[in-house]
Amino acid sequence: MAERLSLPELPYDYGALEPAISGEIMLLHHQKHHKTYVTNFNNALQQLEDAVSKSDASAIVQLQSALKFNGGGHINHSIFWKNLAPVSQGGGEPPKGSLGNEIEKEFGSLEALVHKMNSEGAALQGSGWVWLALDKEFKRLLVETTFNQDPLVTKGSSLVPLLGIDVWEHAYYLQYKNAKADYLANIWKVMNWNYASEVYEKECP
Amino acid sequence: MAASAAAAIASPLKCGLISSQGFSGSTRSFQWRKNEKRNVRKASRGVITAKIDLRPPPYSLDALEPHMSRETFEYHWGKHHRAYVDNLNKQIVGTELDTKTLEDIILLTYNKGDLLPPFNNAAQVWNHDFFWESMKPGGGGKPSGELLELINRDFGSFEGFVNEFKAAAATQFGSGWAWLVYKANRIDVGNAVNPRPSDEDKKLVVVKSPNAVNPLVWDYSPLLTIDVWEHAYYLDFQNRRPDYISTFMEKLVSWDAVNSRLEAAKARAAEREEEEERKKTEYEDNQADLDAREMYLESSDADDDSEAD
Repeated sequence: MAERLSLPELPYDYGALEPAISGEIMLLHHQKHHKTYVTNFNNALQQLEDAVSKSDASAIVQLQSALKFNGGGHINHSIFWKNLAPVSQGGGEPPKGSLGNEIEKEFGSLEALVHKMNSEGAALQGSGWVWLALDKEFKRLLVETTFNQDPLVTKGSSLVPLLGIDVWEHAYYLQYKNAKADYLANIWKVMNWNYASEVYEKECP
Repeated sequence: MAASAAAAIASPLKCGLISSQGFSGSTRSFQWRKNEKRNVRKASRGVITAKIDLRPPPYSLDALEPHMSRETFEYHWGKHHRAYVDNLNKQIVGTELDTKTLEDIILLTYNKGDLLPPFNNAAQVWNHDFFWESMKPGGGGKPSGELLELINRDFGSFEGFVNEFKAAAATQFGSGWAWLVYKANRIDVGNAVNPRPSDEDKKLVVVKSPNAVNPLVWDYSPLLTIDVWEHAYYLDFQNRRPDYISTFMEKLVSWDAVNSRLEAAKARAAEREEEEERKKTEYEDNQADLDAREMYLESSDADDDSEAD
């Protein structure tokens, strides 16, 4: 029987990302939205196991969207909590080392990358994510977007997420309301480039 | 036409004067606006530009409290809906879409699913107009009359309908809408026309759609909608979408609006049937003419032969 997923702990206090992201949002986002994805994924997984054991093809197929929505929601948010950090823990500090160099090479400058991600995030219609991705096959950085809770890998099996920005309205509405662009501008103040560098250096030693 | 178009661009100050009893007398707001031009052509330095307007809800911004707050309306109508209108106007000015009705813009830019850039804005303008008019102060309760009969027929019971509508709204993952629609003369294969329409084909159906998509693109007649983009409920309900949906059903739904829309949908379906019948008859008559002509030519050949003898 597959292990049940559980809600990962937040590596910092709910209020630690203020004023970029409010404690109220962090609490709801983690304890309600992410928790619900975990719960619903576990339910879907249980139903999948039952269906598989009975070779019930129809049920297996019907469960796909629940698995994708909720599994994707869990995957994406687990990354998200790690790719943010309080200022006191290095949040907002620009990337150094090999990732910093690669960003300059690929995008011209960090500002250009930020601008590109913010533009794509702002332009995204509906719900989704904007990613800084590493194509581990070609060893190249790129900016990608996914809809709903589709994980980055749905855009390419060789894509590894370095940073993700949640642009579902629940990620910012209570604080920024309709001003999505302000949320995007401010989230960089708590971006955890250390995490991104770690992931990058692991794939590109 | 011009008068109603002018009224449509009346400033939002007017909304407070509109009776909270809704539009039982006038069907302007509720009929499927196929023929109504809501663009107003303004001349400015000799340039004619069409302009889609931001319509206010048919009640004041605090009229649906405490079920839907004034604050929500200030953002949802005042910012989101307004932005869709402004951005659409920027996108269509000076293009061939400039002179078209909103519904036409939606259908053209839907482009059979390969969405063109103005689609999102155009559809969202329409969707939000439709959504405000789907609610009223003191709403909720149950429908009656023919609408209730149809609901009982197509959903088993009113509760059956409510459950299905709520489920659709709750399971529209990500952003989108849930709808009650009137489906007429369409078989369930793309947009194919049913060649043998019957009353059994005309059904009430619950559907859901993602992001800006609405049932106009499937050639259905929408009767009721609920917005399930998070911005619609987050200030009042946060993550609790099911509570928002229940409140909508119990306290906000305008069954008056649904009724008016149903009448319009039936009329439209009847009109379309007549048109298709007329075309069919015309075609058959043409065929009969051609057949007659052939017979005539054949028989004259025969005469020639006999004369030759």
